[in-house]
Amino acid sequence: MTYITKPQLHHPGLAPNGLGKTRRDYEGSVSTLCAGCGHDSISAAIIQAAYELDLPPHRVAKLSGIGCSSKTPDYFLGASHGFNTVHGRMPSVLTGANLANRDLIYLGVSGDGDSASIGFGQFAHAIRRGVNMTYIVENNGVYGLTKGQFSATSDKGSKSKKGVVNHDSAIDLVSVALQLGATFVARSFSGDKAQLVPLIKAALSHQGAAFIDCISPCIQFNNHAGSTKSFDYVRDHNEAVNTLDFVVPREAIHVDYEPGTNTLVTQHDGSVLNLHKLAEHYDPTDRISAMAYLAGRQAEGEVVTGLLYVDPRATDLHEGLETVETPLNQLTDAQLIPGSAVLAKLNASLR
Amino acid sequence: MQRTSTVGPDYFHKVVDCQWACPAHTPVPEYIRLIADGRYADAYMVNWRSNVFPGILGRTCDRPCEPACRRGRVEDEPVAICRLKRVAADNKTDITAFLPQVAPRNGKTVALVGAGPAALTVARDLAPLGYHVVVYDGDAKAGGMIRRQIPRFRLPEEVIDEEVGYITGLGIDMRLGQRIDSLKDLLTEDYDAVFVGTGAPRGRDLDLPGRKEAAANIHIGIDWLSSVAFEHVDRIGKRVIVLGGGNTAMDCCRTSRRLGGEDVKVIVRSGFEEMKASPWEKEDALHEDIPILNYLVPKEFTHENGRLTGVLFEKVTAQFDEKGRRKLVPSGDPDEHFACDDVLVAVGQENAFPWIERDLGLDFDDWGMPKVDEVTFQSTLPKVFFGGDSAFGPKNIIWAVAQGHDAAISIDRFCQGQDVRDRPPPGTTMVSQKMGIHEWSYDNDVSNDLRHRVPLREKGESLKNVKLEVELGFDLQLGLAEAQRCLNCDVQTVFAEPICIECDACVDICPVDAITFTANGEEADLRTRLSAPALNLTQDLYVSGELKTGRVMVKDEDVCLHCGLCAERCPTGAWDMQQFTLEMTHAGEKPCAR
Repeated sequence: MTYITKPQLHHPGLAPNGLGKTRRDYEGSVSTLCAGCGHDSISAAIIQAAYELDLPPHRVAKLSGIGCSSKTPDYFLGASHGFNTVHGRMPSVLTGANLANRDLIYLGVSGDGDSASIGFGQFAHAIRRGVNMTYIVENNGVYGLTKGQFSATSDKGSKSKKGVVNHDSAIDLVSVALQLGATFVARSFSGDKAQLVPLIKAALSHQGAAFIDCISPCIQFNNHAGSTKSFDYVRDHNEAVNTLDFVVPREAIHVDYEPGTNTLVTQHDGSVLNLHKLAEHYDPTDRISAMAYLAGRQAEGEVVTGLLYVDPRATDLHEGLETVETPLNQLTDAQLIPGSAVLAKLNASLR
Repeated sequence: MQRTSTVGPDYFHKVVDCQWACPAHTPVPEYIRLIADGRYADAYMVNWRSNVFPGILGRTCDRPCEPACRRGRVEDEPVAICRLKRVAADNKTDITAFLPQVAPRNGKTVALVGAGPAALTVARDLAPLGYHVVVYDGDAKAGGMIRRQIPRFRLPEEVIDEEVGYITGLGIDMRLGQRIDSLKDLLTEDYDAVFVGTGAPRGRDLDLPGRKEAAANIHIGIDWLSSVAFEHVDRIGKRVIVLGGGNTAMDCCRTSRRLGGEDVKVIVRSGFEEMKASPWEKEDALHEDIPILNYLVPKEFTHENGRLTGVLFEKVTAQFDEKGRRKLVPSGDPDEHFACDDVLVAVGQENAFPWIERDLGLDFDDWGMPKVDEVTFQSTLPKVFFGGDSAFGPKNIIWAVAQGHDAAISIDRFCQGQDVRDRPPPGTTMVSQKMGIHEWSYDNDVSNDLRHRVPLREKGESLKNVKLEVELGFDLQLGLAEAQRCLNCDVQTVFAEPICIECDACVDICPVDAITFTANGEEADLRTRLSAPALNLTQDLYVSGELKTGRVMVKDEDVCLHCGLCAERCPTGAWDMQQFTLEMTHAGEKPCAR
């Protein structure tokens, strides 16, 4: 929590993007989270990604539920549409909004409580339906707002700040998302913006259900020895499978890696993901082996990060439903009520 | 890069750009905070200690602090530091109780030649220590160029009387009206030391055809200004040409406008931009309907029957050679004649020492200037010291004050039999400003106001009276608003790497992208790899030792707003906001800060 608003004065060299906006134009109001909260770093990464993608803020809808993480949409993209839903219901509201207006870019922001406990079912169904969205879970493995109880993503055997050992199994949201058919799955760490920003950019450009599990240490309740979501633990056990350069189509692609060490993935919108392999034999387009790899490394206590899976031929909910290209909220009465002649013709075709 | 050493005064002093730029190292942010707090007398005394003439400088200073002000790097204009000093002077209560106590006489007697800003500074520093200080000046009143050359509409006489009075009130033996005509004679009087602060009293002349014939209407600028100041002159012709582009020229033209000059022009050889006058003084002249014509080199004073009729000018253009040096070459256009009734020549000032005999062991250089040590201000005759314009040529009041302080230290050490080269270091302290989790003992909320204009007296009225002050000064509200623009650059961001957990909170919140965590490297390389490239090479980088991840924290101080958000967002207190105070140690003082 900070009492003063962030000064408007900025660095004189701050560069404008393609829309003439500076990075500062993508900020929101000043954060009221605890000092040092990982969530604030994720907000900063979202700001950076939106700025670099030249996103018009009024074309973005940011939705969230309840919790520390779900407060954060107030702290970025101040000029975008926003919706704070009831606890765990963000995926349904987002799905509804997306059905009504497919033209907006949907950004769901949630936490481990919001998505892995009260909203677990909602999370599952939005993913399996392939709603075109970027779904970020700011995962700190703890209930921060209620003072530090274990959440559903706390690893079995990890310790609370008071020294209590967690005996419940953890829900691994990345594995669940892969299982449910998410077409873009990544894991990252709030303390590594070099990795996180390109992942958010790629996810925002992905035309399907993009899921990012972002480990975000809770400074207040989950950054101690014995925690598996602390800065030190994640830094010591972080195993990045790849690094990502996100390339928009109008930019030339420079590949300066050794041949055979990188993978180029072209997404639907023409954007190119240039993946530099760090883990040998890891193929981010092979869902089954990705799941096996994750399970194996997880058993070793490693935290696998990077772009874990991407389906370049992803489809979304609208394709499945065969909806019209025009957003439903823009259809006029003339289009929605074509008249009795059309009805008669339709009826005749069914006789 | 090596870990930045913040031990000693220099690193953090440089971050306080205004204080670093001020020759007297006035603690600017400190007195601005006191003004914001309504503590005008305290703000005045902070100034008085450093620069001796806050009310005078608050109206006339050449303000080296303002171009240095960090605010000018993050928005259009710097804080109006100079005019805030005047707010303190205008609104203070009686400060006589704060003036130094004079110690019992120590048996040493020092003669000061001249009663200008340099000598008065020496007097102020030495008198409280018990020295018997004797000040000689040819004028009937003390103040030197402050009284002689600065027009009253910029600096009312009461202000001079008051601030000169604080010094003469310290038991100084003032011998006014006694011009020293021979240093040799003075030296026979057995003074323990002599300080020469006689300024640069001779105005340069222009030896052009017609100069002698039309002499009655051609005046040397500074002499003319002093005749006006002492009320020997109270009118000038309707058409006046001022030759020269410095601050004296600006004073001459504006004074002419008040003494009957209706068509007053300033004509300069060089371009308008290159003129020596401060931008705000040019602005003031233009505001009073005085055109400034450039690239005109005076060729001849024209006259008829022994009376000046005008000045003939050759037109020139600026040409730059391959080394970028400027040369004025004739443009080929026909010469231009400007008719006028009077000419004021303000083309520079010179030193003159006709009263110093050359066989005293006091060496002069080839340009007729005394050989003076740049640190101690001692001449080659050990008991004679120089300061102000008489030491190194014409500069401004604030330089004279700074040199006066330094000369006073030397004189004190000399009289006490100590080594004059052994200079006392400044006193510094660092004090945390943390009051609570998000509370600081300074106001860290940065004002978004643009620079406030100083209200002026209505032009028609102010042009009628040469003694009527033009600037009205900030009122309390404007003064407060302007004070709030100060970024508190003396409240330093201090980083403690052992407790940093590298959470990036400071990087994310910093409004000016000043902080970066990155791999270490050479300075030139590091400067390009920061959140925002550090292009101002005069501002040092603040580099930490190695952190847990092997990276270092690098902070570019260049445009830091000192808003303290890095420290507020830091979960471990690795960032702290600490007020850095630096006070110059004056003669006879031990280095310590309040």
